[in-house]
Amino acid sequence: MSGFSVRQPGLLTLIQDRGRFGAHNLGLTNGGPLDSLAFDWANRLLGNDSNASALEISFGGLSLEAGVDTSIVITGAEIPCKINDEAINQWQTRSVKKGDRIELGYVTNGTRAYLSVAGGFDITPSFGSTATVVRENIGGLNGDKLQVGDHLPCASAALSQHYCVGSEAQPQYGNSATLRVVPGYQQDAFDPTQQWRFFNSEYLVSDRCDRMGFRLEGEAIHSGIVGMLSEGICHGAIQIPADGQPIVLMNDRQTIGGYPKIGSVIPLDTAKLAQLSPGATIRFKSISPEYAHNLHWLEKSRFERIQPVKC
Amino acid sequence: MKVEIAGQDALIVYFADATSASVSAKIQLAVTNIRSQMPDIIIDMVPSYASLLVIFDINQCDLFEAKNRLGKALLNLDSKESGAGELIVLPVYYDLESGPDLEVIAERGKISVEKVIEIHQQQEYRVYAIGFAPGFAYLGEVDERIAAPRLATPRTKVPRGAVAIADRQTAVYPAQSPGGWNLIGLCPTRMFDPQKQPSMPVEVGDRIQFKAIDREEFLSLGGTL
Repeated sequence: MSGFSVRQPGLLTLIQDRGRFGAHNLGLTNGGPLDSLAFDWANRLLGNDSNASALEISFGGLSLEAGVDTSIVITGAEIPCKINDEAINQWQTRSVKKGDRIELGYVTNGTRAYLSVAGGFDITPSFGSTATVVRENIGGLNGDKLQVGDHLPCASAALSQHYCVGSEAQPQYGNSATLRVVPGYQQDAFDPTQQWRFFNSEYLVSDRCDRMGFRLEGEAIHSGIVGMLSEGICHGAIQIPADGQPIVLMNDRQTIGGYPKIGSVIPLDTAKLAQLSPGATIRFKSISPEYAHNLHWLEKSRFERIQPVKC
Repeated sequence: MKVEIAGQDALIVYFADATSASVSAKIQLAVTNIRSQMPDIIIDMVPSYASLLVIFDINQCDLFEAKNRLGKALLNLDSKESGAGELIVLPVYYDLESGPDLEVIAERGKISVEKVIEIHQQQEYRVYAIGFAPGFAYLGEVDERIAAPRLATPRTKVPRGAVAIADRQTAVYPAQSPGGWNLIGLCPTRMFDPQKQPSMPVEVGDRIQFKAIDREEFLSLGGTL
């Protein structure tokens, strides 16, 4: 099948759809895009199915050659993008012709960019999803990150109209974020002083962050728990190991674990966290589950309300 | 039993403070009830030692509704058959060649290597949880005489099929990986095969028995050394 060939894979480029659900009973985690908003925009601008397979490019360095006439778009982190040495805009669909070279530099703001192609990449799903989880050797092409010479199959497609996201509607990636937390799990084991400290201190994003979890550094907090049975971990759960430094568990987390948890960061905000670099500042804010539910629907309706601009 | 919030779309049920065969049977029954009574809103479940994480579809219902329906699905979990769960027999080639830590465990328990092998096969284990890696089933609990702490320095490479002990748990490594458990044998049955349906021979709540096989049988069942 026609498609793109990988000239340079970059530091970490992964095929992702929205993630793998319903396979926790086998020990399989979710995978899927760390910044689901940027991922969703990439597919929507091209008129793709919302679960179409796209590329998550961490930090950059990707170079592709088109073997097909189609359209692409690059969203997410700010990153220099070129087609045949001509700079192109992000958040805007572009035609590419067979033989064109698409080159991405390195991120200048944010950490994860998304590249989608009209119709999506044609990847065989494993356990219902194409999401690549390297640790599990599942999804993508042979369960691995992109390698030099990989072939990314896709059909040719001619878009009659190009679209972009207006600049006022594009997310801003900065160097701080407030992460909203639904308290839960072992929250009662953290006494009021510990909870106060957690929700009123500033934490820094450490350099030990990956698709499994983001380790933060700051005021240590402690629960009274010494050893507990391993239990299921949901997306965004904030684990507090013995050193008292929080770890926010992300898409590729292990499905079970035995550290106390104070609650879970809502997915809207794990997406923001995923775009931050080491040294960025974090604050946590406690919210009710009802408010979290409202935020989910507000964001969904906001996404649907913003119309792509013809260009 | 108590139900706690885990996240905006997740609830966790705590069945007890410790694990046991009856707790495990209850969890298994809860999984079955939830699967049949609320399939329209359930995305995933993670049964573990004494808890069950339930992830629901926030686009279909809110936490309030999910909690209500979960409460109903958790009624009447007192199973008459405390031995619920399928019995699965896994063949193991126990030998110094396939189980490099057999001697260490024997020395610790002041018993012979043969006795370690005998004790490991003597009882039924229960699948308490699946996690850590795809297909990694935590089985408990092993006899105290053959319990052994994790290695101080984990091995960088444990082969697929390695039968191992850590504290009072035992497991079969589903794939080659790094690992810190004590290795006592090799099992030719694949614990996780993405090409197969079902991809795992066991699920949480099942009962497992190990049965010794010799080198030739191990090789004829597809094992590799």
